[in-house]
Amino acid sequence: MIRVENLTRTFGEFTAVKDITFEVETGEIFAFLGPNGAGKTTTIKMLTTLLRPTTGRIHLDGFDPWVKQREARQRFGIVFQDPSLDGEQTAYENMELHGVLYHVPHKVRLERIELLLRQFELWERRNDMVKTFSGGMKRRLEIARGFLHTPKILFLDEPTLGLDPQSRNQLWTHVKALNEKEKTTVFLTTHYMDEADRVAHRIAIMDHGAIVAMGTSAELKAKTNTESLEAAFLALTGTSLRDEGANSADAMRRFAQMWQQKR
Amino acid sequence: MGAIYIMWLRELKRYFRSKAQIVVSLGQPTLYLLALGFGFGPVFAKAGAGNYIQFMAPGVVGMTVLFSSIFSGMAMLWDRQFGFLKETLVAPVPRLHIILGRTLGGATVASLQGLLMLIVCLIAGFRPVHSHAVGTAAQHNWLALPVAGIFIAMIAIVFAALGSSVGSTIKDMQGFQVLMNFLVMPIFFLSGALYPLKGHSGVFSWITRVDPLTYGIDGLRGVLIGNWQFSYGAQFNFMLDLGLLAALAAIFLGTSAWLFSRIEV
Repeated sequence: MIRVENLTRTFGEFTAVKDITFEVETGEIFAFLGPNGAGKTTTIKMLTTLLRPTTGRIHLDGFDPWVKQREARQRFGIVFQDPSLDGEQTAYENMELHGVLYHVPHKVRLERIELLLRQFELWERRNDMVKTFSGGMKRRLEIARGFLHTPKILFLDEPTLGLDPQSRNQLWTHVKALNEKEKTTVFLTTHYMDEADRVAHRIAIMDHGAIVAMGTSAELKAKTNTESLEAAFLALTGTSLRDEGANSADAMRRFAQMWQQKR
Repeated sequence: MGAIYIMWLRELKRYFRSKAQIVVSLGQPTLYLLALGFGFGPVFAKAGAGNYIQFMAPGVVGMTVLFSSIFSGMAMLWDRQFGFLKETLVAPVPRLHIILGRTLGGATVASLQGLLMLIVCLIAGFRPVHSHAVGTAAQHNWLALPVAGIFIAMIAIVFAALGSSVGSTIKDMQGFQVLMNFLVMPIFFLSGALYPLKGHSGVFSWITRVDPLTYGIDGLRGVLIGNWQFSYGAQFNFMLDLGLLAALAAIFLGTSAWLFSRIEV
């Protein structure tokens, strides 16, 4: 469903993603783990047509998102790391707008909006402004919205960041249920090892822009002779802190600074 | 087409939901109309230029449309900050449709604001009249109101598109402040909204002529009180103003579409 070959992205002299290659099967839940600044978000941005790769190839359901952009976009849904809802519209209107943008026929749209809003327990609040929603409700709405156009792939970039354990648990239950029911391929990034362990069929661990290990949770543990995924993760990526170059925007900012100093 | 419509509808919904905003944004032009209109009225009349409220009304209508439309485009800054912009950037529709819907929505809202301001002017004593010499009795010309609507819509489209171009470029509040001071205010003050441009010459005259709003205000004033800026005859000025505004609308729409298509996040 997703095929990535030798994908690289540089910002000036900084290489955010270094020659990564992987494949995700149809219906699979695939997790990307890695410390801050490992290149997870940059990878997602390239996969979702928001950032042009420096080199390398991407295939989403057979389409190169940089050649057949609209076909590729129609095939995936995305939940961004930070919110992307319209706070000035109601939950229902946010869904409606998404449905129109993704060419969901009117009748199907009405049915699916109701189905998904009920499933994510937002139906009662459908006519409330999104700006009045709690963080957990907003996340649920975004994920419901991501499923609205029955995408073949759903990208989730740290979807549970800042949520309480109840919301996280509920969110993954819904995602897993929909993954099984609609055979949606799910590509997610997270910092929570327990989540990856629980929901992902396969896990790739990324560090310094490269994939350092890939496999099922059991395989990763066996490979590193560790008991838990967390220990495996630390064994693979080390224990030093990474707060430099948190994301591509920071990388660009650094690049801009370098450039200004050069002049 | 669905994308254009839904983005257009979004702008209208936001407008009708913020009723306080509708009233507040009419406050400033009304203040200009009343404070300057009545304040400078006697001086203006003494200079032999007629009734200042009559002269000012088309100017403040243009001002209302300018501010409303240009801010609607710059409102993209908020969508960028609150994240909604990304939702539209990855949608499987041409970005041209997204930006067209937004811009036309902003232009529709600005036109409505302009019409409301026109009503405020009528309440304040403004009357659309045929062209007449200063001091002679003026004939009311109510048919001018719908024609003025054309100019209101044209001004709205031109500046909503300019706002969208700017909105696709700026990324923070500082940029917004800079543009406010160095783009929006000069456009307003140099447009002849508050004073006649006739009789000026040299550099100042040229600067006022590169200001797009000059032609919008001239069109409005020409239609509403028969007072045309450029002395080529009313018929010709009408086409000149409208033609220039249409050309600028096309250029700015093209620019905004191009800039919007290049956004990466």
